Amino acid sequence: MQDRPFIEVRGLTITAGRDRRQIVRDVSFTAEKGEVVALIGESGSGKSTIALSLMGYARPGCTIAGGTIRVAGQDVRALDAAGLRRFRGKTVSYVAQSAAAAFNPGWRIRSQIVEAATLHGTMGKAEAAGREAALMETLALPDPAQIGARYPHQVSGGQLQRMMAAMAMINAPEVIIFDEPTTALDVTTQVEVLRAFKAMVKEQGVTAIYVSHDLGVVAQMADRILVLKDGEVMENAEAGELLERPRAAFTKGLLEASRPRRLELPEAPADAPPVLEVQGITAGYGGTGPDGLPLYPVLHDIGFSIPRGRTLGLIGESGSGKSTLGRVLAGLVPAAKGSALINGRELDLRDAARRRRQDRRELQIVFQMADTALNPRQSVAEILGRPLGFYHGLRGQARTGRVAELLDMVRLPRHLAQAGPRALSGGQKQRVNLARTLAAEPALVICDEVTSALDTVVANAVVELLVELQRELGLSYLFISHDLGKVEAMCSEVMVLWKGREVERAARDSLTRDPQHPYTKELVRAVPQLRRGWLEEVTAHG
Amino acid sequence: MTRLIAKRLLLGLLTLWLVATLVFAVSGALPGDAAASILGQDATAETLAALRAQMGLDDPLALRYAHWLGGILQGDFGLSLANGRPVAEVIGTRLPNSLLLAGLSTLVAIPVSLALGIASAMRPDSVFDRLTTFLSVLALSTPSFLIATLTVLVFSVWSGLLPALSNIDRAEGFGGTLRVMALPVLALSLSVIGQMARMTRAILIGALSEPYVETAILKGTSPLRAAILHALPNMAGPIVNASALSLNALISGVVFVEVIFAYPGLTKLMVDSVATRDLPVMQACALIFCAGFLILVLVADIVAILANPRLRSAG
Amino acid sequence: MIGARSLPRPLRLRRPGGWPLLSLAGAAVFAFWAGIAVFGGLLAPHAPGEFVDSWDTLAPVSAQYPLGTDYLGRDVLSRIMAGAKYTVGLPFLTAGLALFAGLVLGVSATLMRDAFDTALSWLMDTFNSLPSTIFAMVAVAGFGTSIPVLATVITVLYIPSAYRNVRAAAQTVSRLDFIDAARVRGESSLYIIFREILPNILPNLLTHFGIMFIYIALLLSGLSFLGLGIQPPEADWGALVAENMVGLSYGAPAVFAPALCLISLTVSMTLMVDAVSRRRKEP
Repeated sequence: MQDRPFIEVRGLTITAGRDRRQIVRDVSFTAEKGEVVALIGESGSGKSTIALSLMGYARPGCTIAGGTIRVAGQDVRALDAAGLRRFRGKTVSYVAQSAAAAFNPGWRIRSQIVEAATLHGTMGKAEAAGREAALMETLALPDPAQIGARYPHQVSGGQLQRMMAAMAMINAPEVIIFDEPTTALDVTTQVEVLRAFKAMVKEQGVTAIYVSHDLGVVAQMADRILVLKDGEVMENAEAGELLERPRAAFTKGLLEASRPRRLELPEAPADAPPVLEVQGITAGYGGTGPDGLPLYPVLHDIGFSIPRGRTLGLIGESGSGKSTLGRVLAGLVPAAKGSALINGRELDLRDAARRRRQDRRELQIVFQMADTALNPRQSVAEILGRPLGFYHGLRGQARTGRVAELLDMVRLPRHLAQAGPRALSGGQKQRVNLARTLAAEPALVICDEVTSALDTVVANAVVELLVELQRELGLSYLFISHDLGKVEAMCSEVMVLWKGREVERAARDSLTRDPQHPYTKELVRAVPQLRRGWLEEVTAHG
Repeated sequence: MTRLIAKRLLLGLLTLWLVATLVFAVSGALPGDAAASILGQDATAETLAALRAQMGLDDPLALRYAHWLGGILQGDFGLSLANGRPVAEVIGTRLPNSLLLAGLSTLVAIPVSLALGIASAMRPDSVFDRLTTFLSVLALSTPSFLIATLTVLVFSVWSGLLPALSNIDRAEGFGGTLRVMALPVLALSLSVIGQMARMTRAILIGALSEPYVETAILKGTSPLRAAILHALPNMAGPIVNASALSLNALISGVVFVEVIFAYPGLTKLMVDSVATRDLPVMQACALIFCAGFLILVLVADIVAILANPRLRSAG
Repeated sequence: MIGARSLPRPLRLRRPGGWPLLSLAGAAVFAFWAGIAVFGGLLAPHAPGEFVDSWDTLAPVSAQYPLGTDYLGRDVLSRIMAGAKYTVGLPFLTAGLALFAGLVLGVSATLMRDAFDTALSWLMDTFNSLPSTIFAMVAVAGFGTSIPVLATVITVLYIPSAYRNVRAAAQTVSRLDFIDAARVRGESSLYIIFREILPNILPNLLTHFGIMFIYIALLLSGLSFLGLGIQPPEADWGALVAENMVGLSYGAPAVFAPALCLISLTVSMTLMVDAVSRRRKEP
């Protein structure tokens, strides 16, 4: 027993569905006591599925079909239902991706944390409540003695994620599984949460499995990294080794995609005329108050201009108002104040119904969720054909030909014209989305978080495509994103939005090198880097 | 929260008033003359006119409506056209019987359908689930009058175990009451269990796919504990909607059960009053049913608000 | 997931064999009854009101009278076939009318200003919160039991439920980004409703039609059973069960045959509804 690794997985195979498709194939790895092993991969790589199998758990529809799983001296697959109940939450515990969804909305947080302890009889209610408060303190939560009495909707996302870790730690488990625990958070929040997790893991000496798609995060947390693709292990190496000398081609590609990039942008003449000029936009929700301003203002006095063939990046955390700005310009949210000119013509910001067709054609928007932006009942040809008919009056053969050209432009095979959106992958859907705006022959395209729902490699390809199209067609973009890396990659100029106000605007080069506003400084600092030890540096500075 | 509940209560009152008006308007369209139907064929013109005046039938519609509504607010529903007794008194003897029938059936139906629904939602597509689904569909698709008729056939006509007629007013002692009630309660429960079990299953299957249920399982709870303590309490909203539908089924079930078992309840009274065109009795019955229905839905609604911490802490 | 999904496959062509066997059986049974409802009067061996055998009332199954005779000695088979136009046709008609009215109202509610929407929704919720059997009885007492009255009353009773369903489904769809995309493009409300929203809520409407059909069929036969629905000499299946109740203790087919027909009708519709709603949930 003594020589055996603390966690040992051999030949693990997991199947899904009635056709028993293998979603995890012959995966083997080990972890020593106290080690942090990261499982990294894109969506569908099976990383969460593998992590959950350590608890003897497979999501509905999935089956652990083969292999051995030994955790802390237990043969997990040999456990019966009662054995699994005693094992889960006590020997191995779990921190889920979205704490907002993973906490029961109808229970007080403390009750949920205490339940994990009383369920296993490890301690009494009072003792568990005491330990809960202590853990809240370890995880640097404000007012640790009282905060547990709140309901999940009464605390912030970052706090909730740390409370999830407190729940996982209450029984002092041997192993803790982190399943993308910071993916739903803003980067500035992510740093604090990562710091709290790392301190906790070290202090309690637990063994951890850390699931993530983000190499920068993994580089800070892991001792060992497993790279997964389509349910198979591509590479398994010590973290520093893997980051510096990757062997598998897939790992190299992943590393390459995770590095900060600056695409070469097409030259635009210095005196290029502005495509869009915006002044003093104030907008919000909830009707207008007596002062003529919205009751819940989201944007305050925003102004900028985008020259032909250039890209303005718009960055900010969730709730900063960046998407609202895109929706105001698109005419989906009325502005209370402000004016805008598109190619020198007045753009109605208060009542979109009064916009000219030409205004609409020249200003197009691409949405974040490619899944919901395409009507599932229409084929790609119908989706792309509609704006062709609507704006340009194209019919029949001419329209079909133009649809094929549009598919070429977004680098999609022409035969996809007959497919429905459900048959497309996420990246393909986003390209169709983009093609639909191109069909209008726009001057300016608003890109609202267009890469956020995509895997790193796919997202990079979409960003490259946007730049290529800019070069070919002379397009201008308003590129809205929370991801500094993407903004830096493709925007000539960047505007930082914070609590609905512009706090900084700079060329992309000077923004990261020399941020001025405290929020921008924090933002630039908080982007995880592939360098190990970065987290400690940030912590030391902060 | 208080504001939210106050708003619901106010809306409930408004709804009740609207329903009362609707009942008055629809039943006021009754062809023929109430006074004429009381006096029958032998009425002379004078007595008819006198009665009409006495009943206020010559007043304009708005005035009659005001009188009627005012009377109801004071608990005065008028006189029965069939026997001249105050409607309130007639109803007073019938209402407890109907409440007993509906209450007992609910006591049987809710636990059974919850158990069936939870058990089949925990193991979807198992043999048990398929069997339950099949039986629920069958019960759901069978009119209540057939269910009631079939129970009479099986337990009374063929086996002679229980009486086919349930005159509870003549039942003696607790045992007698139980004997008389057994068949109506069985028939009524059977006609609502199918729907309630199916809804419980559908709602719970939705709830079980929530991430927080997975969290509970991974904490080490049993699936049953996760379903009952974690999933169900968050389903108050859908359950309220579903219970309104189930209540509707229950009330229409009561109608047929009371008629078939000749059970002296309120719906039997209402059916008879429709047949004999006893307008005041029918209006009163309809109002009582609607009010009872609205109150129960309102209570369920408020329970749903109280069960949701987000709504509880708001305003 | 990406690997498996990137293979494009034709999604719009669906094998009819993709439906479960039970729902196909349901569709067959329903189609059979629909046929009887239309042609039953012509195909029936006897006139529904004809006293074929006045001496042998409530007779058992025989070669001459496949479903026996009723309490007055009329041919039960013929009466069931003649009654189908009420039991199948009336719910079909009223559910369709209610759905159409609900669609028009639901669509106008989404187009009109918020105050109109709120008021209409409250009104509809109020009507929807009435026990339908009770209210049908009130209305029948008020307006009588002629067939146009029955059809109107039932339609009106079910408009609120159709409205609620249409509105809820339309609102779910209208929150999706492709609706915003159409709005930004400058499409008219009519285009958005008919081309973008309606095709996406069609399965929903179909299942709701089915559910309303079942409830209405049960309500109508129930009213007839109480003597408040279809009036003699005409009879739907509920009335057939009621008028032959005396034959219950002999096990006369005159009671059981219409009852079984009724159950087969509602069960077949339930099976079809289940299949459509199950398919809708699949990704």
